[in-house]
Amino acid sequence: MAEQKTKGKKSKTKRQKNLARGNAIAGYLFISPLIIGFLLFLAYPLAQSFYMSFCKVSPVAGQGFEFVWSGLTHYKYIFTVDPDYTRLLLAELQKMALYVPSILIFSFFMSLLLNQEFKGRTFVRAVYFLPVILSSGVMVGLETNNSLLSGMQDLIKEDTNGTSITATLESILLQGENGNSFFELIIRVVDEVYNIAISSGIQIIIFLSGLQTISPSMYEAAKIEGCTGWESFWKITFPMISSLILVNIIYTIVDFFTKSDSEFMEMINKTLLTDFNYGRVSAMSWVYFAIIIVILGIVSLIISKRVYYYD
Amino acid sequence: MTKTKNITNTMTRKERWNLFWERNRKSEGYLLKKKVSRFVYRVCRALLIFGLCFLILQPLASKLSVSLMEEQDLYDSTVISIPRHFSLSAYELAWDMMEGFKSFWTSFYVSFLVAAAQIVSCTLVGYGFARFKFPLKNFWFACVILLIIVPPQTIITPLYLYFQDFDIFGIIGLFNGGKGLNLLGSLTPYLMMCLGCAGFKGGLYIYLLRQHFRNEPKELEEAAYVDGCGRMRTFLQILLPGATPIITSCFLFSFVWQWTDAYYSQVFFAKAYGWTLVTNRLTTLVDRLDAHYKGIYGQSYKIATAFGQQVLSTATLMTLVPLIVIYVLAQKNFVESLSQTGIKG
Repeated sequence: MAEQKTKGKKSKTKRQKNLARGNAIAGYLFISPLIIGFLLFLAYPLAQSFYMSFCKVSPVAGQGFEFVWSGLTHYKYIFTVDPDYTRLLLAELQKMALYVPSILIFSFFMSLLLNQEFKGRTFVRAVYFLPVILSSGVMVGLETNNSLLSGMQDLIKEDTNGTSITATLESILLQGENGNSFFELIIRVVDEVYNIAISSGIQIIIFLSGLQTISPSMYEAAKIEGCTGWESFWKITFPMISSLILVNIIYTIVDFFTKSDSEFMEMINKTLLTDFNYGRVSAMSWVYFAIIIVILGIVSLIISKRVYYYD
Repeated sequence: MTKTKNITNTMTRKERWNLFWERNRKSEGYLLKKKVSRFVYRVCRALLIFGLCFLILQPLASKLSVSLMEEQDLYDSTVISIPRHFSLSAYELAWDMMEGFKSFWTSFYVSFLVAAAQIVSCTLVGYGFARFKFPLKNFWFACVILLIIVPPQTIITPLYLYFQDFDIFGIIGLFNGGKGLNLLGSLTPYLMMCLGCAGFKGGLYIYLLRQHFRNEPKELEEAAYVDGCGRMRTFLQILLPGATPIITSCFLFSFVWQWTDAYYSQVFFAKAYGWTLVTNRLTTLVDRLDAHYKGIYGQSYKIATAFGQQVLSTATLMTLVPLIVIYVLAQKNFVESLSQTGIKG
């Protein structure tokens, strides 16, 4: 009897082992496109671009390219000689520090609004996802990227200087209080509200999906216990959605950095497509990439400690 | 509840008014306060929503109104948004300048193929991550994250050189006299990247699809396995049908982003290789328009800024129309599926 039992147990574990091995093989088969794609089209180019950033790359007729080791020349060049690189990089970082929180707050707020019941909700939701189309690829910055209209842009700026509502408001608010940087910050955000609205499409979708997974019974229970709307927001909605805040922050930062219409990207494109200086472009983009990684690392480290997981 | 409703329905307005004040008095003013605050809240919300919708729709609306004007209306300061002389001439001109049929058709099939390739591979990978346990799983998932966060600018140069002399471990070189294949200018390199999940935003689709499959009940598959269904068949016949909405959404994302993409197209589908995509026609539109008129009226001629802007707006609208049509058709599917993906950290 006892023998039989152990035998049965043994065969069961063997079967479980087989199952686990089968699962592992199946898992690898399913993700094999990723493995191949990652190695061929990401890991390899990434390593090569890292190598290229230390090389002088020069074209050889008919034979592709020749790499000559040149150490840190490109890095020295972009940091000490290039007049634009550090300036544009810092400007980009500054802009990010303003943009990312604004986009997050805006999209969180909008998703809370869109999650409520009101007439015409489907229509409004449809309108809010339009930015996914409107802010993609070439659609941003179309008006200014040709020689004819970019001159016009400056003219308009000069002409309307001081006549926009926010500028007037700014001058009123700032009178008497010299250098009130908080007001300036707010006014800059308000000035950029269109850009913020248009680049928060995906974030709204992600938040909305999170809000819909919170079960209504939680709110009911809280309400019966005498919880006000304000309290249940901070005690239920906010913790439940905190993991998505992390996801959204990462997405927003990445999206912001990989946008192709910034001045910084234009500079990189110019070095790549008109100057053909492949080594320097690699160095430029590696510095950029390293900074993104560091920022993402810091942000996710800080936030992931405060994230609450329901399960 | 229904009883009171029935009563209020049969009452006259005055009686209802009196009843309300009666109830208000009984609740010591609470009812009135609540009603007023709810009303104020609703009005504020409506204003806010309207304002923000306007913010998003206004540029489209202004483009539409400008595109329908005749050129003289552009200079007429009494015409603001409704054109005085309706005309479709801007559309004709923009269509010609965009090389209409050719660029739209090329963009359409490129976007379609790219989206299809991306979604097929990403669905498989997403399912693999959601359901199977295998060694180094976390490592490979970190690679997905890396796919999302590496800016294309970092890898585009090596990719360019790589596809210029394409070879996998020297296998092709063996047959081709030591040289790889030059794949630049064809659709192959980018399609291969998409099949390898390394296309534009491939990592995001993997992430979304994984979230979806993770939330499906496990019992579905277990039942299928018990009935002797293989793993691939279970995936294709049991799980795939349920995933149609999210797959459609990812497909649409992919299609839209490829349609408007400027970065990869600039490298892989450059005009120099004979590609006529909507995006590269659109970004160079005004400069070409200028050149076109210079060709007709001589070098000293310069087109008016407003006119250039009008044609550009029209062309932008024409580029957006197919996307908006698709979006409106799939809207319900799209929004509902995405808001039910139930992403968890």
